[in-house]
Amino acid sequence: MTDINRIWRDGLWDNNPGLVQLLGLCPLLAVSNTAVSGLGLGLATLIVLVVSSLLVSALRHTWRPETRIPAFVLIIASTVTAIDLSMQAWLHELSRSLGIFVPLIVTNCTILARAEAFASRQPVGPSLVDALAQGTGFAAVLVVLGAGREVVGRGTLFDGAEMLFGESAAGWTIPVLPFEQGLLLAVLPPGAFIGLGLLVAARQHLINRSREAGVKSRPAPSTAEPTTP
Amino acid sequence: MRQVLCALVPAVVAHVWFFGYGILFQLVLAVGFALGLEAAMLKLRDRPLKPFLSDYSAVVTGVLFALCMPPLAPWWVTAVGMVFAIVIAKHLYGGLGYNLFNPAMVGFAAVIVAFPLELSHWLLPRQLSPGLPGLAETAQAILTGGLPESLNWDAVTGATPLDRLRTGVTENLAIGEIRNSPVFGDFGGLGWEWIANFYALGGLYLMWRRVISWHVPVAVIATTILVSTPLWLLGPDTNPSPMQHVFSGALVLAAFFIATDPVSGCSTPRSKLLFGAGVAVLTLAIRRWGGYPDGVAFAVLLMNMAAPLVDRLTRPRTYGHYRSRKESSHPGGD
Repeated sequence: MTDINRIWRDGLWDNNPGLVQLLGLCPLLAVSNTAVSGLGLGLATLIVLVVSSLLVSALRHTWRPETRIPAFVLIIASTVTAIDLSMQAWLHELSRSLGIFVPLIVTNCTILARAEAFASRQPVGPSLVDALAQGTGFAAVLVVLGAGREVVGRGTLFDGAEMLFGESAAGWTIPVLPFEQGLLLAVLPPGAFIGLGLLVAARQHLINRSREAGVKSRPAPSTAEPTTP
Repeated sequence: MRQVLCALVPAVVAHVWFFGYGILFQLVLAVGFALGLEAAMLKLRDRPLKPFLSDYSAVVTGVLFALCMPPLAPWWVTAVGMVFAIVIAKHLYGGLGYNLFNPAMVGFAAVIVAFPLELSHWLLPRQLSPGLPGLAETAQAILTGGLPESLNWDAVTGATPLDRLRTGVTENLAIGEIRNSPVFGDFGGLGWEWIANFYALGGLYLMWRRVISWHVPVAVIATTILVSTPLWLLGPDTNPSPMQHVFSGALVLAAFFIATDPVSGCSTPRSKLLFGAGVAVLTLAIRRWGGYPDGVAFAVLLMNMAAPLVDRLTRPRTYGHYRSRKESSHPGGD
């Protein structure tokens, strides 16, 4: 039985898909220009991950090892198509603003990686937890990066929330900075790379600091080095 | 480093003569921000302040950055540029000696991407301007970002010669027609070509003092001429002359002062030649096809990335060793 807390810790921090495995960078970098679009794509990815992990885990005894990758791809592609069509139906504005990146969730390596590395070897329960943890971890990075880029680049936060939460959220936009025009660089693609680099560095800094604190207080700290599959 | 600063003095004086006091404000601002940020980063990294602040490397970064800026750029543009130059390009990569990229050029690339409008306000030279902004007006423009009421942007600023060439060529004008515009001088832009001459003068002084070697500047300028001459001879209406290329934009400044950076550039004589040639070819390509009128900063950054590879390709043979595959591979294997 795999430790549930360990899975959550892995997905959210120790082995975060965005910050540690550096998987799924294409949507992570392309869509994180506002907090809301980051959250939208993060949620879509989370749902795809959960559904595909559940299916892969439930069906894991039905295919031969040689054909598992095509089976994963088929499951993931069907899930993404379903999500894409639902978003077009119920979240039309958001789906238009995310554009090609919703269908492109198919190519997000995080999802295939979790299917291969976890769901195809574990029972349904742990696979569900793993998908939730990894998906939440990915969405969290998208939202943090999106919020940071939005604040620096446009001086607002949660602009366009009505696309995700309906008309009542139209007034959620928080003007953070008093500028008419923010730092354009943050909204452009280079800003995404710089922002992600800073996030990875910040995470590393926190880890180093807690490791130093651990060395001082305990003789043998259990600092598991995050592994990249 | 102090000699580099001395070598830039004539060009700065020429800049003030042609374009007014703006450059002096930019220099003071950029150097001030550079030193302040350098001190802050050294403090954060628990490094001693005095040896690092007195090596003048931050000052040189600030000065080179300021020389690339439009004279009336508002102060916050310079501040953002110096944050990228000193904090990100220099100290996050490990400080002087570890920086992969030329800090001044990283700062400039960041601000030209982030503030395209502010970076397009180039003053017209003295001969064409209805009146260069005075000290007080310059200070007001830089501190507030807006011009005083006596001036307006359209009167005192204009497209740079390279901008004008680019728009002219896209409108299917022949180079000869475009060059009838008064912003052009004998070779490059009016005013600009003289400043380029003074950069070259300062660069020759540095070569004479053996601060820089001849390889990079010669490679940059010779390659620019070698590549653009046949194109110009084939199509003089669509391709600017080689002299135009050399004396436009920041090419001479880059050849003598920026591409010669010993940290982010190449180290052996042959690799320096290749490095300079690469900067020149990329600059010409960006000027011709790129989205920005001058590509020197991007060319230098791209070549900075290639510098370790170029160094490796041109590694000199160790005395007593033969040229063989075995010896050229690392012990650990590549």
